[in-house]
Amino acid sequence: MSDAAAVGAVRNAFARMTEVNAGRDGLNIILWSDQASAERDAAAVAESDGPLAGVPVVVKDNIATLTLPTSCGSRILEGYVSPYEATAITKLRAAGAVIIAKSNCDEFAMGSSTEHSAFGPAKNPLDPRLVPGGSSGGSAAAVASGICRIALGSETGGSVRQPAAFCGVVGVKPTYGRVSRFGLVAFASSLDQIGVFGSRVDDAALGLEVIAGRDARDSTTAQHSVPRYRDSNGERLDGVVIGRPKEYFPESLDPALRTLCDRSLDALRSLGAEVRDVSLPHTDLAIPVYYVIAPAEASSNLARFDGVRYGLRIEGDGLRGMYEATRSRGFGAEVTRRILLGTYVLSAGYYDAYYKKAQGVRALIAQDFRDVFDAGVHAIFTPTAPTPAFAIGAKSDDPYEMYLSDIFTVTANLAGVPAMSLPIGRMNGLPVGGQVIAPHFGEPDMFRVAYALERALGREAHK
Amino acid sequence: MTSPTDRYEMVVGLEVHVQLKTRTKAFCSCSTEYGAPPNVNTCPVCLALPGALPVLNAEAVRLAVLTGAALECSIECTSVFARKNYFYPDLPKGYQISQYDKPLCEHGRLQIGLNADAQPIVIGITRVHMEEDAGKSIHDRYAAATAIDLNRAGVPLIEIVSEPDMRSSKEAGAYLRVLKQILEYCDVSDVNMEEGSLRVDANVSARLRGETKLGTKTEVKNMNSFSGVERALESEFARQCAALDRGESIQQQTMLWDGAKNEVRPARSKEGSHDYRYFPEPDLPPLVLDQSWIDEIKKNLPELPRARRERFGTAYSLSPDDADALSASVALAEYFEAVARASDDPKAAANWVRGTVLATLNASSGDLRNFPVRPADLAQLIKLVRDGALSNSAAKTVFAEMAATGERPDAIAHRLGVLQERDEAAIEQWVTDVLAEHPAEAQRYLGGEKKLQGVLVGLVMKKSGGRADPKRVNQLLSARAAG
Repeated sequence: MSDAAAVGAVRNAFARMTEVNAGRDGLNIILWSDQASAERDAAAVAESDGPLAGVPVVVKDNIATLTLPTSCGSRILEGYVSPYEATAITKLRAAGAVIIAKSNCDEFAMGSSTEHSAFGPAKNPLDPRLVPGGSSGGSAAAVASGICRIALGSETGGSVRQPAAFCGVVGVKPTYGRVSRFGLVAFASSLDQIGVFGSRVDDAALGLEVIAGRDARDSTTAQHSVPRYRDSNGERLDGVVIGRPKEYFPESLDPALRTLCDRSLDALRSLGAEVRDVSLPHTDLAIPVYYVIAPAEASSNLARFDGVRYGLRIEGDGLRGMYEATRSRGFGAEVTRRILLGTYVLSAGYYDAYYKKAQGVRALIAQDFRDVFDAGVHAIFTPTAPTPAFAIGAKSDDPYEMYLSDIFTVTANLAGVPAMSLPIGRMNGLPVGGQVIAPHFGEPDMFRVAYALERALGREAHK
Repeated sequence: MTSPTDRYEMVVGLEVHVQLKTRTKAFCSCSTEYGAPPNVNTCPVCLALPGALPVLNAEAVRLAVLTGAALECSIECTSVFARKNYFYPDLPKGYQISQYDKPLCEHGRLQIGLNADAQPIVIGITRVHMEEDAGKSIHDRYAAATAIDLNRAGVPLIEIVSEPDMRSSKEAGAYLRVLKQILEYCDVSDVNMEEGSLRVDANVSARLRGETKLGTKTEVKNMNSFSGVERALESEFARQCAALDRGESIQQQTMLWDGAKNEVRPARSKEGSHDYRYFPEPDLPPLVLDQSWIDEIKKNLPELPRARRERFGTAYSLSPDDADALSASVALAEYFEAVARASDDPKAAANWVRGTVLATLNASSGDLRNFPVRPADLAQLIKLVRDGALSNSAAKTVFAEMAATGERPDAIAHRLGVLQERDEAAIEQWVTDVLAEHPAEAQRYLGGEKKLQGVLVGLVMKKSGGRADPKRVNQLLSARAAG
């Protein structure tokens, strides 16, 4: 890419950003950006022969970047600029990408609507009265509104796939251990994984190829070599077995959503795939298990925000008073709720009944997936979320209702398997996502199914 | 009437924290150097910046396994790191990475000496687990503010937990001294209590003699020497005995030792007992070790103090007392052994090292590692005495010069002119001169007054400047008296 072309791409991205983001009616999907600095970076990478040379990328606000703030959508980290950058960011930049902005998200990635941001809710580009999903709503919306074609988000229970579905873009949550978490501000370490948004499957495959791989600074990354995911782009699916888990198609499923899923399954069959009914019997336990394990880890991970070394500090009566003032004013209601919940389930006398039992059930959920894949299924197809995007404010007073919007996505995080969402059509004019889940490190099969389905649905995916 | 402390038995278990001697910290690559300016040895990981992750230091694992093996523990192939959660400004993450229900080493033992019946006293080791140190809170540097130094945050530690097997402060002291010696032999730590590389907390309870159930214990902290531990235990034990005698029950609590006042006092209660909310550390996979790697470490364990003591007894025919003294530290034992081998005279080597060498070191507060007298030179000195070239008193003079200059003993002896005279004629001449200069004594001696021989030998030695061989002088004088 020439110097001028790279800088031009960045300018276009900023022009689009200004158009959609700013002002009283703006979408509020971008929190921090610096055009001058991004243009300098673009000029510097112009000579790069990397696969992302000159490509503007938007990054979720909980991934550490140099120069731009990393505030995790929280008051407690307002203005915090990381002195080091995440491994995923280093890899993106080495591939020639230009980091142009940090996107809005639910505070510390806790939420499913990007309403729980200290910097105000983000809005869905398709209809600003609706949420973009969350917690990586800002990144999904940045791709959907045409600011960039690749963006980074993070997943703990569906925070990439669900907003991808709500915004009509592609979102990938890789296998746990596939992408380094170094520099991703931890929410629940055993579930967290950086994910990629793309305007198309190919963009997401390319982005994941770049950021995946073993990192000596994250002991939970896997040694497995990184395949070229873009090689999964094939015509047919002959010999591929797709599982259709009955637990993800309950009686109560919206008929319009069921129809869209059936259309996708028909498309997969017509490409030569065999669709097989399967069962993941412990699916209904996923939400309760998730809301024990994730808050438990969060209560410990967020202890470092104590007003001592960085971020917000509000003086109080002595040390304890400072802790209380800083943390109660620095964290929003949803984060506080989860810290309290997590502290409770780890407490002496409750640990066995909650945390330990939840880990046991988590193992059963993982075993469900192994059983299905061991029986010859290559990938599982389900809806990504039970509903399309909902109205801002519709669920913000009912945490449990909000938690249920992740009902089809948390299982993949609990089991550690890769999963992605891609657009499969619209309900009442709103995008709907289909989810493809594969075995551990089965990203090539996952992408193979997604590429084929995307091609088969063509323009229907966005109608 | 017996005093309360006679009717009760002391029961002690010790928790010893030991900083491992690694170049870098437990979970990042910052230096572990002691005494650097505040907060210099820090990075995103040990400052707990958002998004940073721990990476385990392999050398710390090796040293922990080595220690576990030396304490005869079973080493677990799979152990699990856990988070111990609590808020404190010198604990950057808000949790300490430690080990909880699956520690690295368990079920060890340590022999700390012999009892009155010459049976070994063995103290059980419950566990040895890995963890990281916290930073330091400095309360006395600034008025109305606490300063935080995080250089120490993340320095690797092992915690060695004993069974409540000790029955006196003396046994506790012996346990600590033997443990320290083993840690030093294994070269796993600087074991320096003043610099905090070895820290001791004691759990102590009292029970009536004959009772088998354990009493309620208190934890005693803040001791900065082994003798401080012993005194703190005595003090706390006496307090507990007196309380029990008054019919009071002992409260489970933390006591702080005040060495200056020679007393223990309750620590300010920290909102009752802590709930550390332990759970497995999700940022680190379980620590899985190859059995063959563990076996290799066990096979290459250095010779431990007890084995070395026994070998000194048999190989060099040293008395138990000499063997004990000369194996006190690795440096001393190696020094002695080098002198013994080079001189081929272990007895003389033992006498020199235990006596003159240690006295010289003590007088100069010196360190054996940079002591000017090399083992080979001391061995040569021993040989010069054995060959009759130096008298014992001249050897002492020569040694003092060696310690001051680092010169070789033969060169010093030449320079000082203290090599013994072997020229028969010269010795004859000194005898003749002395008899001539002291006619009265000479007459009485030659007349049969044998007891004057000692006086005359002394006069000849003095005249020769110590160079005459006293044995030869005696022979010559005897010959003259007989003649």
